[in-house]
Amino acid sequence: MINFLNQHGSELIIKTWEQIYISALALFLGILVAVPLGIILTRYEKTAKYVMSISSMLQTIPSLALLTLMIPIFGIGKLPAIVALFIYSLLPILRNTYIGMNKVNKNLIDAAKGLGMTTAQSIFKVEIPMAMPIIMAGIRLSAVYVISWSTLASYIGAGGLGDFIFNGLNLYNPSLIIGGTIPVSILAILTDYLLGKFEKKVTPVTKSGVKK
Amino acid sequence: MSTAKDTAKEIVSFRNVAKKYRGGSVGVENINVTIKEGEFVCFIGTSGSGKTTTMRMINRMIDPSKGTITFKGHNIRHYDPVKLRRTIGYVIQNNGLMPHMTIQENITLVPRLLKWPQEKMDKKARELINLADLPESFLDRYPAELSGGQQQRIGVVRALAADQDLILMDEPFGALDPITRDDLQELIKHLQEELGKTIVFVTHDMDEALKLATHIVIMDSGHVIQDDTPDNILQHPANDFVKDLLGEERLLQAQQNTLSVSDIMSTNPAKITLGKSLAEAIRTMSLRHVDYLLVTDDDNKLKGYIDLETINERYSKDASVSDIYNRTRMKFKKDSYLRDTSEKILKQGYKYVPIVDNDNYLIGTVTRASLVNIIYDAIWGKEELDNPDEIKLPASIAKGSDKS
Repeated sequence: MINFLNQHGSELIIKTWEQIYISALALFLGILVAVPLGIILTRYEKTAKYVMSISSMLQTIPSLALLTLMIPIFGIGKLPAIVALFIYSLLPILRNTYIGMNKVNKNLIDAAKGLGMTTAQSIFKVEIPMAMPIIMAGIRLSAVYVISWSTLASYIGAGGLGDFIFNGLNLYNPSLIIGGTIPVSILAILTDYLLGKFEKKVTPVTKSGVKK
Repeated sequence: MSTAKDTAKEIVSFRNVAKKYRGGSVGVENINVTIKEGEFVCFIGTSGSGKTTTMRMINRMIDPSKGTITFKGHNIRHYDPVKLRRTIGYVIQNNGLMPHMTIQENITLVPRLLKWPQEKMDKKARELINLADLPESFLDRYPAELSGGQQQRIGVVRALAADQDLILMDEPFGALDPITRDDLQELIKHLQEELGKTIVFVTHDMDEALKLATHIVIMDSGHVIQDDTPDNILQHPANDFVKDLLGEERLLQAQQNTLSVSDIMSTNPAKITLGKSLAEAIRTMSLRHVDYLLVTDDDNKLKGYIDLETINERYSKDASVSDIYNRTRMKFKKDSYLRDTSEKILKQGYKYVPIVDNDNYLIGTVTRASLVNIIYDAIWGKEELDNPDEIKLPASIAKGSDKS
């Protein structure tokens, strides 16, 4: 292992950074689009059904195929990878946001409106805080997906830890495969852990004596 | 619009209001109701009667398809709905407290929307938690840490946080146990009676409505069936639907509550005028089979009474009634309610009480016997009176209930 690190140490750091960069950007874009979209969709029940089925359909495209399909549009490199992973990250976040917002106790929404909150105040002060645990669960799921799938992005020249794995496969070198896989797993677990912490922080307190 | 004799200002009025839903189903139709300041109005009806729809139109949670609703004299369409709602208190079933806000934050929710200074909000929160009769330490707690009844107390006082005059309540106590509900009913009755708040209350519970309301609006399938005071509704139910809603038992009980003494009095009291001799008095008594006579002057104004015992003690040939009669101890005006009088009569053991009109003219008597009949009806129902032998009389009523 020390041998492996001596040989590929600096490369490992660069590739890990690429992996983080690609997945974080894809996830960030996914959250940026899916959360507001999910919230808006709760206001348009009929449209919501169509949007949900389209995004489910996108999810069924094999990941490798989707990555390859990006090449004619965006060429090779990081951009097509980020776009493809962004598409993948959408569904879990979108679906959880939609469900989370829909599951907010209708009584609370009625009370918020009846007490004189504007629609925006009701969404930001009541509905989103209440839906937060479910929305966060979607984001965590997407994050783990995106990190592990971004390994495949190396296939279309995006770089990342996938480079180790594909090289290992081509060269029949198990240590390269393992050396690429372990950091990916660690990265996914670490991200999930950190997002879990973050979730605790943004989930509203409903009991006194619980410190944020 | 308000009638001349009523001085209270109207706070909400419905004029020909209708709500039709998309697809043509009718929510409510032809609603004409006037709510005056300080009233406790109950909208009552079965589910689907439109009572909640009607209430929710007041703060524009639902907009009417036809007609006008005014709030403090202005058409509510001219108010911004958000601002309107902040000036009208709102209490819903299951309290609607925000679980992620402390009690203090929940109470001061509307003041925060109105951007009150922090100090004023703190003061208000303490004032209201005291009004709710809960300790101030609760302000830092979260709703989940309070019992259902305590939560709804907060839900009720929250509706007053911005000094709203009008409070809408949508079946607020439906989910509470009877004892807690009684407590909360007292709380809101206090708000109406002591603080002068106008309360519009939606319920399907007739007992609740009769207990709290000063004004009941009975609704069925989108129409107002009857709009009156509780007493008038009990006395004159508009139709069979209202009778069913009230129930036979309540109507019987209500007789006692809403009948006035003149409804059950006998109009042919045993009486004698002041100038008659005692011999004549004794003759009248024996003719009427009674041991007392009411004494009036020649104009039939009530003066007092005379009974056999007094005559026995103080009999003399030359005396007239005016010499020995007793001044009246108790009499009732003809329109006093039975509920106020029956207890006095029964507890104090009078066999009869004279009834006078406003100018003290004798117009009848209420006897123990006639009262007891009404009470039988209320306690055992009418049917059982067909077999009076089977009824075991409670000692307090049975004693001394002779037919006089």
